[in-house]
Amino acid sequence: MSDFFSALLDIFGSETMYGSAVRLGGFLAFAALGELVAEKAGTINISVEGSLLAGAFAGTVGYHLTESSVIGLAAGVFGGVLVALIQANMSHRLTADQFVVGLTANVLVIGLAGFFNAIIDPLARRAMVVEIPGLVDIPLIGPALFGQTWPTYLLYPLIPLTWWLLYRTRWGLEVRAVGENPQASDVSGIDVNKRRRQAIVYGGMLAGLGGAYLVLGQVGTFDTAAVGGRGFIAIAAVYFGGWTLGGTLLGALVFGFADALRLTVPVLGYQFNAQMLAALPYVLTIVVMLAITKQNRQPKALAQPFIRGLR
Amino acid sequence: MTAADTQPPAAAPPQFVAEGPWRTRGEMALLYVASILGALGLSALLVAMTGHSWQRVFGALLDGAFLAPGRWGNTLTVAMPMLLVALGTVVAVRAGLFNIGQEGQLLMGAMLMAVAGTKMEGPGVLLLVVGLVLGAFAGGAFAGISAVMRYRRGVPEVISTLLMVFVALQLTGFAVITAWFLRDNDPNRPQRAQTSAALDADTHLPEIHILGNSFSLGVILAVILALLVAFVLARTVWGFRLRVLGHNPIVAQKIGIAAKHTGSRALFISGAFAGLAGAMMLASGSSSYRFTPGFSTNIGWQGLLVALLARSRPIACIPMALLFAALRTGSGFLASTGVDRKIVDVTQALLVLALLIPPAVSFVRERRRAVAAATGDRV
Repeated sequence: MSDFFSALLDIFGSETMYGSAVRLGGFLAFAALGELVAEKAGTINISVEGSLLAGAFAGTVGYHLTESSVIGLAAGVFGGVLVALIQANMSHRLTADQFVVGLTANVLVIGLAGFFNAIIDPLARRAMVVEIPGLVDIPLIGPALFGQTWPTYLLYPLIPLTWWLLYRTRWGLEVRAVGENPQASDVSGIDVNKRRRQAIVYGGMLAGLGGAYLVLGQVGTFDTAAVGGRGFIAIAAVYFGGWTLGGTLLGALVFGFADALRLTVPVLGYQFNAQMLAALPYVLTIVVMLAITKQNRQPKALAQPFIRGLR
Repeated sequence: MTAADTQPPAAAPPQFVAEGPWRTRGEMALLYVASILGALGLSALLVAMTGHSWQRVFGALLDGAFLAPGRWGNTLTVAMPMLLVALGTVVAVRAGLFNIGQEGQLLMGAMLMAVAGTKMEGPGVLLLVVGLVLGAFAGGAFAGISAVMRYRRGVPEVISTLLMVFVALQLTGFAVITAWFLRDNDPNRPQRAQTSAALDADTHLPEIHILGNSFSLGVILAVILALLVAFVLARTVWGFRLRVLGHNPIVAQKIGIAAKHTGSRALFISGAFAGLAGAMMLASGSSSYRFTPGFSTNIGWQGLLVALLARSRPIACIPMALLFAALRTGSGFLASTGVDRKIVDVTQALLVLALLIPPAVSFVRERRRAVAAATGDRV
């Protein structure tokens, strides 16, 4: 047993662990931040998975064509938004079921990315590592937070920006109102479905950026299995955080840590069941959802479509 | 707005009712045709854009799915698990539940079939039946976990079933590399083989040979099950309860239908169909009767799409499953045209998206007409 604890100490005392956790968690945080805004507006977008993959692929192609990470990231945002537009218009302009649309959009993106990947065969490269002087010298977490590739740092300003948008602008107030009580919002003159569409597109922007970051900031190559269901974990991170900004980020970080174990444990020379480690983030998500969902902090109209004159 | 709220749709002026059906029916047919053509057109455009001929692609698909020798039997056998998965999805959707974890439930079913077929002793036919039953039960139990989570703790089943897919993937991955579990311990096979042993010949589902084609007996079972599901949903008390629950949970509660029991059962059955699909796939020769980590090969996802495409009508699932299976087996012949077989995935998704549009458009329009009629009456 003491062996186990010393192993745990060893794992959680290693810089590798924190580095992986921030990278994996940061990737989730991009998507989770966007999904938080969309869920605040009362929608659940399982197309966030598709947005991530579209962002990853568009980012790769953008880099392939221009050799510029900046343009690659911008292309990633564009890709994510395209998927979000499908989701937004099909389920909140027309009235198709949002889960059906989201799921189909994911399948579509996997197909399209695979199809074009075989034709274009784009090459990408990891962006430069930029160490932020001073901060990077903090022991243990310094290199993890401030010694990453430069696209990682895009996440940091997005956090206060999202907070400001949600809690300090009229738009954010309306988004939250629409998620809590669409009927009342409608009566007060807010175009409910328009706000929802906008919130989804914001989510698509961030997810697209996250996808591009995955390729250009971490992995360096595109693969259709690159996202592999982690968009769904981003949704779970929002649940984990009880629909608060800080909680969502914490959720992304916790799932990042769980995911990082899969990479770190073998590197440090420990033997552990690989399948169990790979399943850990998903199991953890399920356990966490079991523990917290009853607390009822979710937007009151979450996942309920709004159709004027009904209900 | 206010008028529409207080005015039930029945109070709309008579001319709306009188001219409605014919005009909308024609419009609907037109919308459907336009949407399907749009989806196929977009796919053809993709092919043309990459410098290939869509006519040749279409020909290759047709050859691979039906025309080449022995292919249509193959297509039928592929359609079988898709149909089963779709039927399960229909049951859940009718109860207002959205199970999207079929891929995982199917894997669990196939895994249990492999356990029955390779680890248990007994006469072949008995093992086959036990395997199918166990497989269905495993899929159902796997979905049942999500039902418990939903009705005990309020976790949305959409997300929990989805997450369980990834758990199933790892669990089955673990099973086939573990000696005491499912790994093939035959010393003649390379140590690294991450598969189960093959099912014995007497535990295979019988094959039917007609006109130079052969397909699994499971195909016929699946069609019978489709008819059965259609009957149960349309003509039995239990099916009625299910539909009431799906249409309006508040009404269901008022007339004494327990969402917890009816819904849990629907989710269980939904998973059981997926599990049965997995077990039947294995027993009819998928990946040469061996259970492998990637055994499900997206059949679960595609079966789900089939149900969506059939708009949750059990009988309509039959042709839709055949269509998707044809696209899948047909894609095996695409290599000769130089087009990547992923184009088929794109076409499938586009078709589903396209078929979502007409009912949604007509719904929005009817609302608009009803609102206009109701408010116009008042002014």
